Amino acid sequence: MSLRRPTKNQPKTFEFSSSSMDEANKIVLKYPEGKQQSAVMALLYIAQKQNDNWIPLAAMKYIANFLDMPYIKVYEVATFYTMYNLSPVGKYFVQVCTTTPCMIRGANKLVEACKEKISDKENELSNDKSCSWMEVECLGACVNAPMMQINDDYYEDLDKEKTVEIFDKILKGEEPKPGSYRGRLNTEPENNRKTLMDVKNA
Amino acid sequence: MLKDQDRIFKNLYNDMGADVKSAQTRGDWVNTSELIAKGRDWIINEVKDSQLRGRGGAGFPTGLKWSFAPKEVGSRPHYLVINADESEPGTCKDRDILRFEPHKLIEGCLIASYAVQAHACYIYIRGEYFIEGQKLQSAIDEAYEKNLIGKNAAGTGWDLDIYIHYGAGAYICGEETALLESIEGKKGQPRLKPPFPALIGLYGCPTIINNVETIAVVPTILRRGGKWFSSLGREKNTGTKIFCISGNVNNPCNVEEEMNIPLKELIEVHAGGVVGGWENLQAVIPGGSSMPLIPKEKCETLTMDFDSLMAEKSGLGTAGIVVINKDQDIIKCMARIARFYKHESCGQCTPCREGSGWMWRMLERMAKGEATKDEVDMLGDVTNQIAGHTICAFGEGSSWPVQGLLRHFKKEIEKRNNLDPIVQKKNNIPYLVDQHLLDKKNA
Repeated sequence: MSLRRPTKNQPKTFEFSSSSMDEANKIVLKYPEGKQQSAVMALLYIAQKQNDNWIPLAAMKYIANFLDMPYIKVYEVATFYTMYNLSPVGKYFVQVCTTTPCMIRGANKLVEACKEKISDKENELSNDKSCSWMEVECLGACVNAPMMQINDDYYEDLDKEKTVEIFDKILKGEEPKPGSYRGRLNTEPENNRKTLMDVKNA
Repeated sequence: MLKDQDRIFKNLYNDMGADVKSAQTRGDWVNTSELIAKGRDWIINEVKDSQLRGRGGAGFPTGLKWSFAPKEVGSRPHYLVINADESEPGTCKDRDILRFEPHKLIEGCLIASYAVQAHACYIYIRGEYFIEGQKLQSAIDEAYEKNLIGKNAAGTGWDLDIYIHYGAGAYICGEETALLESIEGKKGQPRLKPPFPALIGLYGCPTIINNVETIAVVPTILRRGGKWFSSLGREKNTGTKIFCISGNVNNPCNVEEEMNIPLKELIEVHAGGVVGGWENLQAVIPGGSSMPLIPKEKCETLTMDFDSLMAEKSGLGTAGIVVINKDQDIIKCMARIARFYKHESCGQCTPCREGSGWMWRMLERMAKGEATKDEVDMLGDVTNQIAGHTICAFGEGSSWPVQGLLRHFKKEIEKRNNLDPIVQKKNNIPYLVDQHLLDKKNA
């Protein structure tokens, strides 16, 4: 259970934009009548997306009102789940997996690259304020280790040089291509495929 | 090696595309209404005949689980929930199903919903798999468009709605009752069982929860027959399974293989062998990080299924195989896994919340050689105080890998940590035990 605290500088108010509002109304309909509390996780995501990738306390209060539930319940959810950022992060939010399967394939090299290119410390903005990084637990792409996630995309089969290349691109404002960086097809064994040969490159 | 025509997931590597048209050429959605017309009992019996066991880790017989759903729908509706909160280190099989075989999953949802009489199905996807979730959502949209789900789904007369619910980075939500709490919009903390979700689950209604892979193989089982499925593998460990082979191998990969396949064949044939040769192998974690590791000597002859791994005091779990070679520090590897569990404990039960941190800190010190001689046994004691003393199986999951390390690599730890204890004890009092238990032996 990681200790997570909201940042000190909080905006006073928060309101859904009209597009967020449409999205939120759609999500509430997914759940049975009277169970609108179920939508809290999705609504927190919407708030996070709208507010530069982090959730202020005002947004939690707003969502509590929106779903007619106690504020503390929203606060509980927002602080329990680690993907809700309670303080500002970079526009490019880099998450490096360092759990054992990635670790034994050299995830520490990726961390080194983060320290060199982005900032010395985790959760600290880079010089141009566009980027921040953190170590995370298993991201579920173990056969493509070592890997990292930038915003929504997975970057797989990395090493230090390739990671530095990716960071150079995002620091210039370009969008690097997600996926495997050794050019293999998804999770197939590289150059060693023995199965489903008749459909290969079909 | 399993023949290609017996593979269920033909698009595992996305050679052919995941859209509904190419899924149909692979045989999905071909005669769904005929299968469902054969009735609920036939479906459940066929799944029972196939001896399919849940692919999410616990290996519970799927047909039996379905038969726990109430026969008649009472005042409360039934729900089907799919567990796609794949977060076990070493496992990445569901990701490929969500990305590349979504129609197998959706068709499986329809069949399973009919079998357990559910009109609503929630798929709980971990938040990190946002792209995968979007791919699944577009497959669901396609299915709605073609009338394969929705009102009178696929011409079966059954109504079904499928919704995706994203998690937000909590490993514990892979536990079925924590997952239900999470869908209800609460913290993901497991519930006490009983009552079991089959009777009182989501919103207090009867709920059947299955893993993605389990549901995705069901349509193929029904098409080719339970007999075909049970002819693969061996008794009670039948069928095919996606194995994820990661770690120190030359070609880490996902591959679908027959149950009971030798571990050595998986590593040598599919994954291109251990880095530095087979002799350089140190240990293997056979089923995701929760399962105790297996040292090299036993890997020679080990076969991969639920029962043979249980006999080795480990387990198949999710079949995420992590290969660790001799270049790695095994204590450090396990310390990192302990850190994972410390991070992911939900904090509800004291033994797990505190104990997972203790195990991590002790292992970190042991990796550096800063622990005293007696601490090795103390660590074993801590694991025993966690396992079996928590609401959910996370307690076992976090202490088993440490117990596995102690079982097979105790000498290694003792060699590195031979400092004398700070306090020399005269009599042998076990650690961390209530006083009233002291008179019992082995307390």
